[in-house]
Amino acid sequence: MSTVAKRGGRSGHAGILAACLVYVGLLLVLPLIGIVWTALKPGFHIVTDTLSAPDVQHALLLTVQIAVITVAVTTFFGVIVAWVLVRQRFHGRSFLNALVDLPFALSPVTVGLACFVLFAPGGWLAPFFDARGIRINFALPSMVLVTIFICIPFTIREVVPVLEEIGVDEEDASRTLGASVWHTFRKVSLPNIRWAIAYGVALSTARSIGEIGAVLIVSGLIQGRTETATLYIFRATEERQTPQAYVVALLLAAISIVLLLAIEMFHHRQERAMSSG
Amino acid sequence: MSTPIVVEGLTKRFGSFEAVTDVTFTAPAGAITALLGPSGSGKSTVLRMIAGLEEPTAGRIVMGGEELTVKSVQERRVGFVFQHYALFRHMSVADNVAFGLRVRKEAKDVREARVRDLLELVHLAPFADRYPDQLSGGQRQRVALARALAPQPKVLLLDEPFGALDAKVRQDLRRWLDELHRELGVTSLLVTHDQEEALELANQVVVMHEGRVEQVGSPKEIYDDPVTAFVAGFVGSANVLHGEVVDGHVRLGSFRLPGAGHLEEGTAAAAFVRPHDVRVSSGDGDTTAVVERIASLGWLSRVTLRLPDGDVVVAHVPHDELHGATEGAEVGLDLRNAKAFGLADGVPPAQDADPVG
Repeated sequence: MSTVAKRGGRSGHAGILAACLVYVGLLLVLPLIGIVWTALKPGFHIVTDTLSAPDVQHALLLTVQIAVITVAVTTFFGVIVAWVLVRQRFHGRSFLNALVDLPFALSPVTVGLACFVLFAPGGWLAPFFDARGIRINFALPSMVLVTIFICIPFTIREVVPVLEEIGVDEEDASRTLGASVWHTFRKVSLPNIRWAIAYGVALSTARSIGEIGAVLIVSGLIQGRTETATLYIFRATEERQTPQAYVVALLLAAISIVLLLAIEMFHHRQERAMSSG
Repeated sequence: MSTPIVVEGLTKRFGSFEAVTDVTFTAPAGAITALLGPSGSGKSTVLRMIAGLEEPTAGRIVMGGEELTVKSVQERRVGFVFQHYALFRHMSVADNVAFGLRVRKEAKDVREARVRDLLELVHLAPFADRYPDQLSGGQRQRVALARALAPQPKVLLLDEPFGALDAKVRQDLRRWLDELHRELGVTSLLVTHDQEEALELANQVVVMHEGRVEQVGSPKEIYDDPVTAFVAGFVGSANVLHGEVVDGHVRLGSFRLPGAGHLEEGTAAAAFVRPHDVRVSSGDGDTTAVVERIASLGWLSRVTLRLPDGDVVVAHVPHDELHGATEGAEVGLDLRNAKAFGLADGVPPAQDADPVG
């Protein structure tokens, strides 16, 4: 670039930067400050009062349960699916690859409705579970199921490009040195993708904690039983318990920020790990 | 420790593409055999089939009387060195070298002693605790070699081991590998597209082209007595002169080159003449040419000559044998040791554009 072009671009660059800052500031930072401000306005006691209320504690516990199960399942299967997508050549591979992204495109409400219909009386899967007395809808299983569905792509999408970039040389080397496929996976491949997996875990955790649309449909909104943290906020707002809603929202926002920092760190670690070798 | 490798009728198809066709050769015990060929000639695929990283479509591989083809990669006990090192990036140098020993559940003291010895051998003892990204390319490849040697493989397979390195490092490493091989004497197969590397390191060279073996022989044999036009053009540099077979000679416009007795009268042929087999003289003998350019390459001159019919011949001539040739002058020409091949065999193209590589 010539110096003239550079000098001419300076003020333009500053303008674009200012626009970005205003955009991010107004749309992201301002609402956050708003939540903090509104939540803490009545005094700090509102925080302790809200967080010690039984329905709030139950909601938070349920959210944690759902997140833990979801992350465990999507991480385990996500790594396997990513592995198959990158390392195996088979018919329908590109179809599977596209299918994995479906949850990104689908509205969570649609996902919730689909799940609800499957397990509702007269639904395809209802007779099987009803006969065994297992409750799916309006209970934890359906809430976990829809959350898993929504979180399927995260780990896969983080691990696939890393596996592609790393290539098969290290795995081949391990095998020529006498290591079994499982040993190769554990000792060679897994350490190479660990930060991508951590990144996927953080994304899935954030997503599953924040999920409301699909869970709203399948949970039946039973207070103290199928009410997650987001559903609590939803109900508290409706019932004009605004300060309580804000406190829980603030907690969720804080968790998200911690996860965001973790995500940034994991991303950085993975990049660094990839640059070597 | 050293075992011969016998490869018989090895063929590999990827879908409808045949990468390797009916490859047969024997890598003698304790020697370095080079698989030499241009990229895409199937040489790496042959190596990967020997290692068990690819499954042959047909053919067998026998190592020390044992059929390898039915064994898994893990059971074959081959050492493999990759072009791009393939070091385990999250492990230290010592852990990389120890990997194969850990897999085979060697005792800790045996393992540690062996790692120490190997790092000594590749001159990297002070680097045991470093990580691959803290090493240069040459150092990484030496770690890779130590790692491959650690479980005491029966054979060592090297896939373009110096391909990713600078010219200078490549030279040093080549010399070092030569010494190392003399010391260890493990049967080695070296895949390379670099003929100089193959000629310098190998006891035997297998020249490959388009998935097939063109010639198997000692470096001297494939250089001095190429059996196909491809080998003549690919190994070493050569002038390629096109002509017609007349009385057992290749006739090129005004002059004839001997050595075409095996070719059918009247057919088109190509004669290969090495630049150092071209002599210039001051006299105006049977064959004359015009000197187009003389470039000094240190101890010899590269003389570009144009024949009366327009063909260009490059000669490598020691300075004191120029016989006063100057640019623009007409000189006498003597083309020795011409190798003639029928054109039906297929002559590699572009060899006559700039024959000196």
